[in-house]
Amino acid sequence: MENVKANVLLDAKGLACPMPIVKTKKAIKDLEAGQVIEVQATDKGSTADMEAWAKSSGHLYLGTLAEGDILKHFIRKASSDEDTVEKKHPLTATNEELASKLNENIIVLDVRESAEYAFNHIPSAISIPLGELEDRLSELNKGDQIYVICRTGSRSDLAAQKLADNGFEDVMNVLPGMSNWSGETAKLDN
Amino acid sequence: MTVNTMSSHEVTRKIVQKETLFILDVRNEDAFADWKIEGANFDYLNIPYFELLDGVEEIIEKLPADKEILVVCAKEGSSVMVAEMLSEEGWTVSYLQGGMKAWSEHLEPVKVGDLRDGGEVYQFVRIGKGCLSYMVISNGEAAVIDATRMTDIFTDFAASKGVKITNVFDTHLHADHISGGRKIAEQTGAMYWLPPKDAEEVTFTYAALEDGTVVTIGNTAIDIHALYSPGHTIGSTSFIVEEKFLLSGDILFIDSIGRPDLAGKAEDWVGDLRESLYSRYRELSGELVVLPAHFMIMDELNEDGSVSEQLGTLFKKNHGLKMEDEEKFRKLVTENLPPQPNAYQEIRKINMGKIMPAEEEQREMEIGPNRCAVR
Repeated sequence: MENVKANVLLDAKGLACPMPIVKTKKAIKDLEAGQVIEVQATDKGSTADMEAWAKSSGHLYLGTLAEGDILKHFIRKASSDEDTVEKKHPLTATNEELASKLNENIIVLDVRESAEYAFNHIPSAISIPLGELEDRLSELNKGDQIYVICRTGSRSDLAAQKLADNGFEDVMNVLPGMSNWSGETAKLDN
Repeated sequence: MTVNTMSSHEVTRKIVQKETLFILDVRNEDAFADWKIEGANFDYLNIPYFELLDGVEEIIEKLPADKEILVVCAKEGSSVMVAEMLSEEGWTVSYLQGGMKAWSEHLEPVKVGDLRDGGEVYQFVRIGKGCLSYMVISNGEAAVIDATRMTDIFTDFAASKGVKITNVFDTHLHADHISGGRKIAEQTGAMYWLPPKDAEEVTFTYAALEDGTVVTIGNTAIDIHALYSPGHTIGSTSFIVEEKFLLSGDILFIDSIGRPDLAGKAEDWVGDLRESLYSRYRELSGELVVLPAHFMIMDELNEDGSVSEQLGTLFKKNHGLKMEDEEKFRKLVTENLPPQPNAYQEIRKINMGKIMPAEEEQREMEIGPNRCAVR
């Protein structure tokens, strides 16, 4: 599937319950907070269990793609400090303010990991993960009005600061972000 | 301590005998809330296995010291893991052999009555899903009614009785479980009967089961009379066996009645359902023993594990047969219905012969309760 990238791939194909979860739990320990793991499994029950396990352990279940008999589960490792970091970018907009401006000539920049974007994003949003922003600044126009969004407003805060530092003048950080987005969304087809 | 296994048959005996059992169900919470092993004296603790990967210490204080403990999961693997962890902590526990998958497929044959000249009627109780199938035996021949997907059980049972399956019936096009009727008929060379109004889209040939059709099992012995009784589906048919048994399909159950909405036509069929239950069944003898195609709750089981009751008694006790007000009846069967059975649209397509998914997929579709009734 195009555009669904993960930091780590775990092969749990052919394994029966409970092994896909046992292996995922082990593998996710070695990830950095915020990184995404792709778990490939063939056990049909693994989708419901992966989602329930992620919820109970605080990780973020992003979604599952089915390719033939293979189920590809995407999970983002919990990052506990994400919600509490002080936000520094001065210009902010609420989800509602962004929703009311979607028909105007603005850019919605989604800076979450590409796998997060893949399973749930605002239809007009473009995706540049925070970690890639530095190298991809040339894809953006300094004159545009840019609304930066992530899941909870922290990564978008960092992204907005980076843009401001690089001469972008009209940059809004959207709060709280996709975790609370009630408007229309899109995801990749499967 | 040792880890024991418990079979679906053993669990069934505990349900029927109303024994106590403590079930530690380690499936995820949604799966447990949707469907579990029901027993009058069973106690439960639901903790998903993935909460126990680091150890079972946190649940030990919640386990009873004086009850037998059964660990249950979807397919056995996780219950073995948890049972072994408990065993290392000094507990003696069992796990359910084959998990809920095996539970969903387990059939328990129970004899429900005798017929003329040594004939017999057997009920096959699919305890985990609430489906009931039947075999009528007479003079070396057998008829199978509303067979489940696990066809070996019926063909093996017939072989053990030394009888040949000559006729296979489905009372209607099922939406909650995959019928084994056509497969049994193909394997044994038996005639496969379906009500034509339910079979308009089927892709195979069948014998048309019409009102008044009489099929004889054994040389001259047992007659099966078809009684057209629409409502759950437009073709739904009941059978009267030797003026003694009423096989009511999904029209009438012990503690509930059929729901008319699984083919998307509740409003159209509610009148038929009422006509079948309140007029056609009223004309029958109250002495007939009703043998339905489902049960919903373990309270409907008799002491021997069978599911049956006299029609006259049901007219007195079954709430769905006592609603004189037609409008109230219409509301009962069309509003506030329970959730529809898992994958019921795909299951209908399989039973029409339109799709034929792999066995593993068929198994997944049937997971969960049947939900064919309204109470």
